[in-house]
Amino acid sequence: MNSGASSTGTRSPPSAPAVSLTPAELLESYKTMVLSRATDERCLTLQRQGRIGFYVPASGQEAAQVGCARALSGDDWIFPAYREIGVALARGVSLERLFDQFIGNSGDLSKGRQMPNHYGFREQRFVTASSPIGTQITQAVGAAIAARRKRDPIVTVTFFGDGATSSNDFHAGLNFAGVYRAPTIFFCQNNQWAISLPREKQTRSATLAEKAHAYGFDGVVVDGTDLEAVYGAVATARARALAGQGPTLIEAQVYRFGPHSTSDDPHRYRTDAEVAHWKETDPVQRLKQRLSAAGQLDEPRDQMLWEAARGEVSRALEAAERRPPVEPASFFDDVFARPTPRLEAERAEFDALVQQGVVKP
Amino acid sequence: MTELTLVQAVNRGLAEAMRRDPNVLVLGEDVGVNGGVFRATDGLLKEFGEERVLDTPLSETGIVGTAIGMALYGLKPVAEIQFLDFIYPAFDQIVSELAKFRYRSGGQYPCPVVIRTPYGGGIKGGLYHSQSTEAYFCHTAGLKVVIPSTPADAKGLLLTAIQDEDPVMFLEPKRIYRSVSGEVPDGDVRVPFGRARLVRDGTDVSIFAYGAMVPVASEAADTLAAEGISAEVIDLRSLVPLDEAAAVASVEKTGRAVIVHEAARFCGFGAELAALLAEKALYSLKAPIARVTGYDTPFPYALEHLYLPNAARVAHAARETVRSG
Repeated sequence: MNSGASSTGTRSPPSAPAVSLTPAELLESYKTMVLSRATDERCLTLQRQGRIGFYVPASGQEAAQVGCARALSGDDWIFPAYREIGVALARGVSLERLFDQFIGNSGDLSKGRQMPNHYGFREQRFVTASSPIGTQITQAVGAAIAARRKRDPIVTVTFFGDGATSSNDFHAGLNFAGVYRAPTIFFCQNNQWAISLPREKQTRSATLAEKAHAYGFDGVVVDGTDLEAVYGAVATARARALAGQGPTLIEAQVYRFGPHSTSDDPHRYRTDAEVAHWKETDPVQRLKQRLSAAGQLDEPRDQMLWEAARGEVSRALEAAERRPPVEPASFFDDVFARPTPRLEAERAEFDALVQQGVVKP
Repeated sequence: MTELTLVQAVNRGLAEAMRRDPNVLVLGEDVGVNGGVFRATDGLLKEFGEERVLDTPLSETGIVGTAIGMALYGLKPVAEIQFLDFIYPAFDQIVSELAKFRYRSGGQYPCPVVIRTPYGGGIKGGLYHSQSTEAYFCHTAGLKVVIPSTPADAKGLLLTAIQDEDPVMFLEPKRIYRSVSGEVPDGDVRVPFGRARLVRDGTDVSIFAYGAMVPVASEAADTLAAEGISAEVIDLRSLVPLDEAAAVASVEKTGRAVIVHEAARFCGFGAELAALLAEKALYSLKAPIARVTGYDTPFPYALEHLYLPNAARVAHAARETVRSG
């Protein structure tokens, strides 16, 4: 079921796996996409209200994210960038944990140390993201080689955008993966804009996927607004990786509907007409139509799903806002497995300043 | 015990760790078939095979990024960067990723990578095969930084590094890879981090050094002894974590401090050590702290013998501190 995917070169196109999503799975995927979109919409408001410090929206990329995650096993490892909320939700990360991270409270697994959207969840094999672009790509290759060494039948999947295809680690990572035939899927969400730089100024290559050919493996372009096409492309790549046939680069073509982040004003570099054009293929609407045509969804039921999603977002937010803040001196923890004498001394110095009232936490 | 050179001790340490733990592997440029350009990994490919000794493409960010992924997944990678001078393509991976993984994940993702890399001058290596830029790494929270100066420490500290739960920068003084040899304990004998090594007891002045500067400091101490000056020589060997107590105690005893390193002086490790001694041992000092270091220039090729600290410069600085107070 990879009708939406096309191989970009002369290499043998991946054979279509005998897999597709069941109607129930399609509906589940749709719910996750709606939840992702509803979270985005709320968080943009929350940032303007000052209730969260920052936000990176993923609107427009939900089918790519959820479709990819759906094609993976729970044992596969995810190396995300910071825009992968749809993947996190599809992996079963709770909205409450996400809001704990957005607020940086005592429920945040990363203890309030990073900006919103830079989260990680070991239980869901979702590695903690960072801000530098592309650094997760080589790491995913290393984890894939390690998994093979341990004879674990899994793949690693790394997420990045069109901008990252210019980064050092993209080229190093693809090259290493090609040389070692690493069971890695390079999942590029080409959302057309790297902050203000359009896709055509990022590279002269006709597609991003074709860059894989230089490294000796398949690159595939897929319509990232089509959940089933993405699912098929990823399922194929995963089967090939597990069969020892090496990595695949998947370019999921999508569009970032919103700003790069809440610090960005896209009106400076792109037109409303362009956004409107891409919104005609809104992935959420597209799957809604697909489900409606199949008799899985109607307007009242859709309204219920949206209300449920928005209610879930509100409950998660309220729970996270009620949770106590992180302990002040906790920023000294986790530098090393055990604190060095120097860190212990600095912590004691900090505690004394608090006790003396010089520092007010 | 076996008599080994420093580079042989590194090799034995790697083999020992790999025999004990199947999760330990090495990767880097020319580390397999060639056994490393300095032969530090000689014989490992034959004994442990291609799955555990990976000849990598020529990309330092690829090497370190891949090693990070391996460590996250539960292996114990020991990455070789062929020269410290070539580590900068991996600087982002080291500083932004490796050093911060445990911290940024709230302890969910430890990342115990060991990065071995030869450093330092004195081998006619010019600008790009000579530098001592340990301070960059000491300045980055989350990295441990160790530098052996003896074969026993090379093996013992390396075994500790590979067992450590945190990332370790293991800097090897290539100038003394083969010029220094000594008895090395057989088996898994580890040298703990955070403990300085007393090389020579003394009462008049403390000379602090590490790596290839330790033999230089010892030579200076011989010269000084002939003049009736008793110099204590301390090999710091573990820069992070630093044995602050040993440094302070030595200066409390001698009242004078000379700090020796190859790296440029400005913001070099000696600046941190001097500040520490000023904070913790000022009232024990009888003379200003002296630093004998590389100069604040790039590393010169033809004139490296004038750039690098030698015994004459160290002895001179020690004499000055004794004369001045």
